[in-house]
Amino acid sequence: MAVADSHDTHDDHHDLHDHGEFIAHHFDSAEQQFDSGKLGIWLFLVTEILFFSGLFVAYTLYRTNHPEVFEQAHVFLNKYLGGLNTIVLLFSSLTMALGVRAAQLGRNKNCSIYILITMVCATMFLGVKAVEYSHKWDMGILVRSAFNLTYTHPTPTTEIGKALHISDYLVYLCVVPALLLAGFIVASVISKLINKGTLAKFMIAMAITVSGYFLGVCVGIIFMNATEGETGSTHASVIAEQPLMLLASTQDDHAEGDHDDHDKAAAASNHEGEHSDHEEHFGSHPADGGEASFDAHHPDPSTLSRDVGIFFSIYYCMTGLHAIHIIAGIIALAWLYWRSLLGHWRTDYFGPVDYVGLYWHLVDLIWIYLFPLLYLID
Amino acid sequence: MVDASTRQKLFGTPETNFLNCTKGWKSWAFTLDHKRIGIMYLIGVTIALFLAGVFALVLRSHLFTFDSKMLTDDMYNQMFTLHGAVMVFSFIIPSIPAALGNIVLPMMLGAKDVAFPRMNLASFYLWIIGTGCLLAAILSGKGLDTGWTFYTPYSIDTNTGVIYATFGAFILGFSSIFTGLNFLVTVNTMRAKNQGWFKLPLFVWSLYATAIIQVLATPVLGITLLMLIAEKTLHIGIFDPKYGGDPVLFQHFFWFYSHPAVYIMILPAMGVISELISVYSQKRIFGYSFIAFSSVAIALLGFLVWGHHMFTSGQSLVVTLIFSAITFTVAIPSAVKVFNWLATLYKGSILLNTPMCYALSFIFLFGIGGLTGLFLGALSTDIHLHDTYFVVAHFHFVMVGGTLTALLGGVFHWWPKIWGRMYNDFLGRVGCFLVFSGFNLTFFPQFVMGSRGMPRRYASYDPEFQIFHQLSTVGAFVLGLGILLSFVVLVYSALRGPRCSSNPFRAASLEWQSSSPPDFHNFIHTPVLTDPYDFETQVYDEELDTYIPREFANPDKVAPRKEPVHH
Ligand code: HEM
Ligand SMILES: [Cu+2]
Repeated sequence: MAVADSHDTHDDHHDLHDHGEFIAHHFDSAEQQFDSGKLGIWLFLVTEILFFSGLFVAYTLYRTNHPEVFEQAHVFLNKYLGGLNTIVLLFSSLTMALGVRAAQLGRNKNCSIYILITMVCATMFLGVKAVEYSHKWDMGILVRSAFNLTYTHPTPTTEIGKALHISDYLVYLCVVPALLLAGFIVASVISKLINKGTLAKFMIAMAITVSGYFLGVCVGIIFMNATEGETGSTHASVIAEQPLMLLASTQDDHAEGDHDDHDKAAAASNHEGEHSDHEEHFGSHPADGGEASFDAHHPDPSTLSRDVGIFFSIYYCMTGLHAIHIIAGIIALAWLYWRSLLGHWRTDYFGPVDYVGLYWHLVDLIWIYLFPLLYLID
Repeated sequence: MVDASTRQKLFGTPETNFLNCTKGWKSWAFTLDHKRIGIMYLIGVTIALFLAGVFALVLRSHLFTFDSKMLTDDMYNQMFTLHGAVMVFSFIIPSIPAALGNIVLPMMLGAKDVAFPRMNLASFYLWIIGTGCLLAAILSGKGLDTGWTFYTPYSIDTNTGVIYATFGAFILGFSSIFTGLNFLVTVNTMRAKNQGWFKLPLFVWSLYATAIIQVLATPVLGITLLMLIAEKTLHIGIFDPKYGGDPVLFQHFFWFYSHPAVYIMILPAMGVISELISVYSQKRIFGYSFIAFSSVAIALLGFLVWGHHMFTSGQSLVVTLIFSAITFTVAIPSAVKVFNWLATLYKGSILLNTPMCYALSFIFLFGIGGLTGLFLGALSTDIHLHDTYFVVAHFHFVMVGGTLTALLGGVFHWWPKIWGRMYNDFLGRVGCFLVFSGFNLTFFPQFVMGSRGMPRRYASYDPEFQIFHQLSTVGAFVLGLGILLSFVVLVYSALRGPRCSSNPFRAASLEWQSSSPPDFHNFIHTPVLTDPYDFETQVYDEELDTYIPREFANPDKVAPRKEPVHH
C-alpha cells in the first residue's frame, strides 16, 4: 500500500516546492504543468483533425461518386499559387521550429525574431489566398448555388481597383488589413511618444506582420500574371463578347431557373430531378459558342457538370476553415511575440511556445493535405 | 463523532471553506475553483431540466385526448423539438460530467483543481452562450420544428430558427470538448502520488471514457452543424438534394456524433452507480477491472454503431447487417456492468437510503432500456419499431431512467460533501419513489403503444391509443412532482439542514477525506492514499473519519474491525 505523507499538516503549500513565477497554484511542479499542457495541446490537435475530418469525408465521398466533377473542376485552381503557398507555409514551420528551439534555450531575442518571420509567412499566405479567391469570384466560380462561370473579369469600379487594375473583390479583401496596418503604425508611434518602448516594438512587429499580407498580394498577382495572366485575359475578352449567362440561380431555389437565360428549347429538355444524372451540364451553350477559344485550362462552361460547383463548395469550406485557423494562429503567435519581448522564456519554462508551435505545424500539415487534394487532381 | 479539538489538531478545521472563502458575485463569476464551477453548472443544468421539463408536460397534456386542440400542430412540433434539443444538448450531456464530475473528480485524485481551470470556466460560459442561442430560436419568435436531430433536407427548407439552434448546439459542443479535454489531462497528470490507474474510483474511469468520446466525437458534430449552417445560408450543395447534395450524408455525420453521445450520457451515470452500490453495500465492488475496461470498450465500440439509427434510410444491406451485429456487441459491456453491480450487492450490508434507492432504480430501469435497445438493433423488429413510441420509450428509459436517476442518486450522495449539511432522508426516498413510479407509468405504456404502431412526433392519434397516452400523461406529472420534491429537499438541506461530519456514509475514496464543505484547496492535509473499494482490510479511523490502510492505523484509536456499519 503506497501512501503519501499522511499526518503532516503543512498549511502552506506554496512553501513546499519551488513555485516559479509561472507555475499555477494547482500544479506541484513545473514538470507537471508542462506535461499537462503538452497532453492538452495534443488532445486539442486531435479535436482539430476530427473537426476537419468531416470535410475530408465529404470530399472523399463526392470524389469517389463523381470523379469527373473533380477532374473538370481542378483546372480552375492555379497550381503555382498553391505551390507558392505550400512553400511559404513549410518555411514558416521551419522558423516556428527554430523559435521553439530558441525559447527552449531561453534566447528570447532569437525567439522573437523567428516568431516574427513565422507571422509574416502566415499573413503572406493569406495575401496569396486573397488573390486566388478574388480571381475566382471575378470569374463567377462560387459555391454550388451561386456558381456562374463566365470568364469575364468585371471591370473594377472602385478607385483603387481602377488605378491598380485589380479586382474589386481584392480591394475589399485588403480593407481590413489596411486598417490594421494603419492602426498598428499609429499605435507604435503613440507608444514611442509615451515612452512605452516594448509596446512600440510590439506594434512595429505587428505592422510588419500585416505588411506580409500585402507582400503576399503582390507576389500572388505577379505569379498569377506569369502563369495564366495573358492567355487568361484573351480568353476572357473573346468570351466577353458573347457573355454566357450560366446557371444564374443565385436567388432562386428552383433548378428550372438555371436554364431560364438560355436557349429555352434546350432548357426544356432538362428537368429537375435529373440532378443525380451527371451527364447533365451547366447550360445549353449555343453552337456558335465554339468561336470562343477554350483550352484545357479554360474549358467551355457548357461542357461542365453542374456539380462542379460542389467541388468549389468543398474547396471554399476547406480552405476557408483553414484560413480561419491561420488567423487564430497569428493571434497566438502575436501573444508569444509579446511574451518573448518581455523575456518570459527560460530553459525551464517555454511551454506556450512549444504548444503554439505544435498547433502551427498542424495547420501547416492540413494545408499539405489540402494542396494535393484540391490542386493536384489529375 | 470526533470532538472539535482533536480534529483541530489533526486537520486544522478550516474556518473557511470553498463556499465562504471569498464573497460577492464576482468571486463566483470569475472563479477558477472546480467546485464552484461545478455548482454553477449544477444550477445551470437544473434550470435547463425544468425548462425542458415544462415543455414535456405541455406536450403530455396536449396528448391527453386523441383529438386535442390544446396546441396547434405547428406548436406541437416546436414544443417537442425544443424539449428534445434543450434536454439533450443543455441538460443531459453536461449534467453528470460537468456538474458532478467537476466537483468530485479532482478530489478523487487528491488534486487541488483540474488541469486547466480557466478552460473549465470557459466551458461553463460557452454552456451559457450555447443554451442562450438554443433559446434564441424561441425568443426570435421563429421557434424550431426539426426535431433535435436537425435532419436535412427539412432543416434546410424550414423557416424556423434552425441557424440559432444549430449554432447553439455547436457552441455547446465546444463546451463539452473543453470539459472532456480537461478531464483527460487531469486524470493523466494530476493523480495523487502513487495512485495508479487501478486505484482510481470507477467514477473516474467512466469520466475518462466519457471524455474520450467527448474529444473524439464532438468535433464531428461541430463541423456537421457548420456545414448545415453553410448549406442553409449559401446552399453549398453538400446536404441539399436540390443542389446535388446528399441528405443521408447528414444523417451519417449526425449519428456518428450522436450515437457516441448517448454514451456520453450514460457512462458517467454508470460510474456514479458503481460508487453508490459499493459504498452502500460496504463491500468491495465486484469485478473492478471488468467495470473499468467495459467503460472503455463501450466508448470505443460506440463509435462503430451509428448506422443502427438509419436502418430504414436506404443504406446498403451489408452495411446494415454489420451495424446490427456491432450494436449487439455493445450490449455486452453494458451487461457486464449490470452483473457486476448485482454481484456486489450480493451479501453486502445494504443501506437503503436515498442515493441507494436511486442506484437500485437505475439498475432496473437501465436494464429495461438496454434490453429494448436490442429489439431495436435487430433488423427485422426495427423495421416495424423505428420511429414509433417504442423508440421513444427506449431512449427515455436509458436517458431518464438511467442518466437522470443516476444524477439524482449522485447528487444525494455527494450533497453532504458539498454543503456540509444533511438532507431529510425520508423525504428524499419519497421523492425517489415518486420518480421511479411516475417514470414507469409514463414510459411503460409507450412501449405498448409503440409496438402496436403508434408513430412518434405526431400531434394527434387514433382513439385506440388514448388510454395509454392518458396513463403516460398522469405518470409524467407524478414524475415531475418527484423531481420537484427532490429539488426542494436538496435546496432546503443545503440552507437549513443539520451539519454533518465529513464522511457520513463511510466511503473510502479520497474526496471524503476533505472536510465538508471542502477547503478551497480541497484538502488541508495531503490525503492518505486509500483503496476506494476496500471496506474489509482497511480500517475505519473514527478520529480521522475515514478509511485508512491498516498499517497506518493507530491501534489505540481505531475501532476494532467493525461489523457492517449499516445494521
Ligand atoms: C444497451 C445498448 C443500446 C442499444 C443496443 C441501443 C439501440 C438503439 C437503436 C437500435 C436505436 C434506433 C432505433 C430506431 O430509431 O429505430 C436506438 C435509439 C436511441 N437510443 Fe439506444 N441503444 C442502447 C443504449 C442507449 C443508451 C444508453 C442511450 C442514452 C443514454 C440511448 C439513447 C438512444 C436515443 C436517444 C435513441 C433515439 C434517437 C432518436 O431517434 O431521436 N440508447 N437505440
Ligand atoms: Cu444509437
